[in-house]
Amino acid sequence: MTQSNTLLPNLYTTMKRIRTFEERVGELFIKGETAGTMLHLSIGEELGPTCLGAAMQKQDTFTTHHRGHGIFIARGGDPKKMMAEIAGKKDGYCKGKGGSMHIADMKLGHLGANAIVGGGIPTVVGAGLSSKYLEEDKVSVAFFGDGAMQQGILYESMNMASLWKLPVVFCCINNQYGMGTKIDNAAGLKDFSKRAASFGLNTLHIDDLDIENAYVKSKEIIDKARKFEPGFIEVECYRFFGHARMDKSPYRSEEEEIKMRKSDPISYASNQMLKNKIMNEDEIKKINEKISIEMDEAMDFAINSPLNNQKEIFTDVYDESEPLPISVEERINKILS
Amino acid sequence: MSDLNKNYYEKITFRDALRLAIHDSMQEDEKIIVMGEDVAAYGGAYGATKDLLKLFGPKRIIDTPISEAAIVGASMGAALTGLRPIAELMYVDFFGMSMDQIANQLAKVRYMFGGQINAPMILRAQGGTGRSAGAQHSQSLETWIMHTPGLYLSIPYTPNDAYHLLRTALKINNPTIFIEHKLLYNTSGVLDKNNPDQIFGKAKIRKKGKDLSIISYSRMVNFAEKAAEELAKQKIDVEVVDLRTLNPLDRETIIESVKKTKRALVLSESCYTAGVPSEITSIIFEHCYTNLLKPVIRYTAEDTPAPVAPNLEENYIPTIEKIVEYSKKLCK
Repeated sequence: MTQSNTLLPNLYTTMKRIRTFEERVGELFIKGETAGTMLHLSIGEELGPTCLGAAMQKQDTFTTHHRGHGIFIARGGDPKKMMAEIAGKKDGYCKGKGGSMHIADMKLGHLGANAIVGGGIPTVVGAGLSSKYLEEDKVSVAFFGDGAMQQGILYESMNMASLWKLPVVFCCINNQYGMGTKIDNAAGLKDFSKRAASFGLNTLHIDDLDIENAYVKSKEIIDKARKFEPGFIEVECYRFFGHARMDKSPYRSEEEEIKMRKSDPISYASNQMLKNKIMNEDEIKKINEKISIEMDEAMDFAINSPLNNQKEIFTDVYDESEPLPISVEERINKILS
Repeated sequence: MSDLNKNYYEKITFRDALRLAIHDSMQEDEKIIVMGEDVAAYGGAYGATKDLLKLFGPKRIIDTPISEAAIVGASMGAALTGLRPIAELMYVDFFGMSMDQIANQLAKVRYMFGGQINAPMILRAQGGTGRSAGAQHSQSLETWIMHTPGLYLSIPYTPNDAYHLLRTALKINNPTIFIEHKLLYNTSGVLDKNNPDQIFGKAKIRKKGKDLSIISYSRMVNFAEKAAEELAKQKIDVEVVDLRTLNPLDRETIIESVKKTKRALVLSESCYTAGVPSEITSIIFEHCYTNLLKPVIRYTAEDTPAPVAPNLEENYIPTIEKIVEYSKKLCK
């Protein structure tokens, strides 16, 4: 296959891996094997993380929001260790102490998922500062939702990135809803690129399902950031399901959901491959089956991973050379002795 | 600060001790950068970074916009990716602007990610009353930090401690919050670069005594020392304990001192209710219950915002006269 013939299958595969992973997270929850209910799935939102993930380079770093499983997978996250983390198990990326919303892998450049809306954005400003200072050629990308477009920290960070000409990209995955509040009820100006442009950032607005084009355009923004022109990318999409596992979406109609779910980036990519004879149905089916097995294995791995030792409550608060925090039990026993 | 390279200074200001600590550390470790509002060209609102721009250039001494949350957040991001930033918040009160980045991000980044990474940075901030700076520029917010696991907290009183605590914080891998009282910058004392005085996490007995322990930190140690001088004339022998770091907290020295003197007054510029003094009082009660001859007194700022009028501000915080008065009553 020529390069153009491998690009779409690769992007399709990543999107399908994200979706299947998220579906398995949902199953893991139904089985009662997840740690809690704070699970925010990105089904329907696969295009943005996939095209940016592909457009970034190996050494690049990033932060994500609470709905960040997809970005992590697009950047090479191991579904087994991710799933184990979501299950709160010992073999998870963060020993089960972070969970779905605080997953990270510093070796992959994943500087942390964040459960505070906008909380991880200034981290990439600092990462960009380090990259420039240490001459490391790393771009740092902050991924966040449309909710963060209404947080002040974003604008402090955009200004700093622009002022100091940092290799930084801000990427808003606009899924139309901040929990249950539609973007129309949250944003005075919905043309987010205008806001970013006013800080002197290069901007890109992706609002269709053509992922090949989105990849090429995103790469332009990231490549410019590598040359110290920071950028902003908005990817419009639709959150196919509720905010978190317990959310039955009472704030929007079934008609809307049915209509919007037709804008499915995965079906679109699949149809494009068939239409342009890049792959036939059997070949696509094979990819899907392989992914299904991979994600089943990830789920089994999480279920079978051991629980943590209770000592893990106290480790990792401070550097390992420092003493552990004193337990309440130890304090009380000392008083009562 | 004419001579930067001496090892011993007979008399140096608290401000210059801090500048020397930053200077010496930056010379040793090129990963250290300084960032904050007016730290470069202006030299810091209280002069703690004066002239450093000339010595280290704008790549390492970085003026920031007035964006306190992003100052902390960007410093943390830089700390995660290879640098060792010293961030400055001009006033401790601006914790209010940046508390998400301090408490939800910086304090938890190591723990949440299962110990994958450290955020080796210092956040310096200046606090306390004494300049009629008003309710939004005069607070003592060490309690907010002490109540947040993951952050070390240094709060020095002398130039020697300021120097060595800052130097130590730049060598360990935990994020450290470093609080400087605004009226200490012009105070002076000895600096011996070769005498770190086993400082980190270890309280210092400023004056030995047998009748009463006054336990304090930062500028209030000065009030304790002055009260102790006055009380000595009245045959009351006070022990003055300077905590120096609030996390780690030297519980042993507190307990040992009170077991000996059997009386304690905890002195602080924070508010009365649910503050650092409350914690120290609890520790004393828990461990010295059978030794105590009198209830432990918390002498603190009032449970009100700080007023501007000098005559009000002066009495909003503890006074030396009343420390003497309360101490006498405790020792009756």
